[in-house]
Amino acid sequence: MYSEMMIKPMREEVTRLGVVELRSVADVDAALGDLQGTALVFVNSVCGCAAGMARPALAQALRHSRLPEQLFSVFAGQDLDATARARSYFGEYQPSSPSVALLKDGEVVAFIHRHQIEGRHPEQIAAQLTAAFDAYCA
Amino acid sequence: MSGHVFHPGHDELHGVTVVVTGASGKTYLGRWHERGERGLVMHDVAIHDPDRNDVTRDQWLERQWKFGVAATERFLIVPSDEARSVRRFSL
Repeated sequence: MYSEMMIKPMREEVTRLGVVELRSVADVDAALGDLQGTALVFVNSVCGCAAGMARPALAQALRHSRLPEQLFSVFAGQDLDATARARSYFGEYQPSSPSVALLKDGEVVAFIHRHQIEGRHPEQIAAQLTAAFDAYCA
Repeated sequence: MSGHVFHPGHDELHGVTVVVTGASGKTYLGRWHERGERGLVMHDVAIHDPDRNDVTRDQWLERQWKFGVAATERFLIVPSDEARSVRRFSL
């Protein structure tokens, strides 16, 4: 667990994009429990390098013309129960942080793992996200 | 991002998911921590053993790429004489 003061800017970097942060199991179940339509779940992380690329990538991707109907995040390593619960909705996709899941009607239709973020520029990660938005979002 | 140090203060591969090919035929997939005196130190490692897995190494790597690293070891040291080659995880 990390100091809240330290991670507050990392939370805000995501929430100021209009992403709703899920802090508890109840929050996650309310958001994902009976999901209709499309939703993005950003698994935030303190990793200054991978997450330091993933957050700007998310910001870029959310300027795209097609977007998921709902935007959520959980914070791995900090909000442990909420993160574990969110991962329970990711089916056979393994835990990874940072990572991004795109769900449609409760099923994961696209997933970007940490290993697909490492060493890549935000523009490259954003392009992968927007390709998924084009494929699955109205 | 050639030459980019992922985690400043550490070597270039620190924190990066790598594929280590073992002299034994096993493949180790996980996050590189460092190269120590006893070998390669890794975190959250999945292992392909051709004698035990029912899919080929390439099929296994493709699955790990898509669905994520199915780690069975939180921490692992791959002995130096076992680690034949190391590369970043990509397909």
